[in-house]
Amino acid sequence: MTQQFYVSPEQLMKDRADFARKGIARGRSVVVVSCEEGIALVAENPSPSLHKIGEIYDKIAFAAVGKYNEFESLRQAGVRYADVRGYSYDREDVTARGLASVYAQSLGAVFTAEQKPFEVELAVVEVGDSPADDHLYRLTFDGSIADEKGFIVMGGQADKVAETVDGGWQRELNFAGAIRLAMKGLVTDKEAGELPASALEVAVLDRNSESTRGSRRAFRRLGDDEIAALLSEEN
Amino acid sequence: MQDTTANQVAANATSSFTEHLQRNRPGLLPYNQPFPAAPTGPGSQPLQVPHATTIVSLTYGGGVLMAGDRRATMGNIIASRHIEKVFPADRYSVLGIAGTAGIAIDLTRLFQVELEHYEKIEGTLLSLEGKANRLGAMIRGNLPMAMQGLAVVPLFAGFDLPAGIGRLFSYDVTGGRYEEQEHHAVGSGSMFARGALKKLWRPGLSEEEAVAVAVEALYDAADDDSATGGPDPIRQLWPVVYTVGRTGARRIPEHDLAAVAAAIIEARTTARREA
Repeated sequence: MTQQFYVSPEQLMKDRADFARKGIARGRSVVVVSCEEGIALVAENPSPSLHKIGEIYDKIAFAAVGKYNEFESLRQAGVRYADVRGYSYDREDVTARGLASVYAQSLGAVFTAEQKPFEVELAVVEVGDSPADDHLYRLTFDGSIADEKGFIVMGGQADKVAETVDGGWQRELNFAGAIRLAMKGLVTDKEAGELPASALEVAVLDRNSESTRGSRRAFRRLGDDEIAALLSEEN
Repeated sequence: MQDTTANQVAANATSSFTEHLQRNRPGLLPYNQPFPAAPTGPGSQPLQVPHATTIVSLTYGGGVLMAGDRRATMGNIIASRHIEKVFPADRYSVLGIAGTAGIAIDLTRLFQVELEHYEKIEGTLLSLEGKANRLGAMIRGNLPMAMQGLAVVPLFAGFDLPAGIGRLFSYDVTGGRYEEQEHHAVGSGSMFARGALKKLWRPGLSEEEAVAVAVEALYDAADDDSATGGPDPIRQLWPVVYTVGRTGARRIPEHDLAAVAAAIIEARTTARREA
């Protein structure tokens, strides 16, 4: 039987955190922007079917960066949690806060107990009646949770992208403005000044989906044509 | 199969909400609950619970329509005048329920979550046949309760997007699924409604004509079946009517139904017929 070397808990946690950070930094960024019309979620993602952005419930959406298999299993677990809760209580009893705290606990448990931590970073967002009522939660690989105001940037070049987005963000943006701003952030570290619509994955949470679309489900995925139209729209 | 991690993951991957509940929260399913045996023998009364009554459904030029009256009965008592028994299942399908109201309404809620859950997990809509089969499986799940007199019999209709037509499905208590042509009705007044539909339905109806046919069929059912409620101008209660076409399910607004019901009552008053 082999004797394990002693590793101090500080070193163990640091190694795990570095490992997870490295994995996340390899991926492309995701930007979530709260604005007048609702919440826009924009990801750089050339695949039209392997999504980084997903619908969780009526007013709640999910965005992630990192390893696909890991965040996909978290997304499905989130959908199950929300549907069970909504079915056993009522639809309005499903909140982003409850879901974010479940995610925080499971990410924290995996970080400390499992062989390897999840190499993911998540955003759980809920659209409210007004921009002030929007909730944006950001969850990191170790289970820490942050309540952000206005926007969230995650992924490889998050600091640089966040700087650009911070410079242009204001509460009165419409979806076209918010998506253009997110795009401006995503191309910060690139030579090309613009990404084609096919390289973007964009979804929105409509603030007034009941009155405009007659649906309580606020989540809507935008097609390439719609994205191109919004990007070319004049200010 | 070997019990490897990969096999376990594959076995646990389900897009079905019902299956998920069955595994993890069986107590939340409307059926599946331990239930005392019904008293048998001479003079025993069946359990007195509200029963939902007549649902009619018919195809028309642009899709399919479903309508239900507003009455629930408990023995000889009217349990509710306001109950709604036709629901949108998702964007492109509707279902109507007859039978034990309490279980039927929970089954409807479960079915709605089932379809939405699949859509969110898989990122695509279930096919119309797939939806119809899922509903059949749920009705079969309720069979033990049905044996004790708490049966639920739904009618399911939807727009088949690839085929571009409206289709409707009926069920029996064992979960048997039967595709119906042209029109169908279930519930206590269905015999009379079906008779009316035979005379009133014709191919290629417009949406407005289809609404009028459905309301008149329910009127005939209410005329001869005490458990079916007719239009109620005093309380301003009209049947619940949904149409499903290429653009999705739509509830017909109350004021349109009021006009249709008024026209039928007017025509029958003028005709001065007794039966």
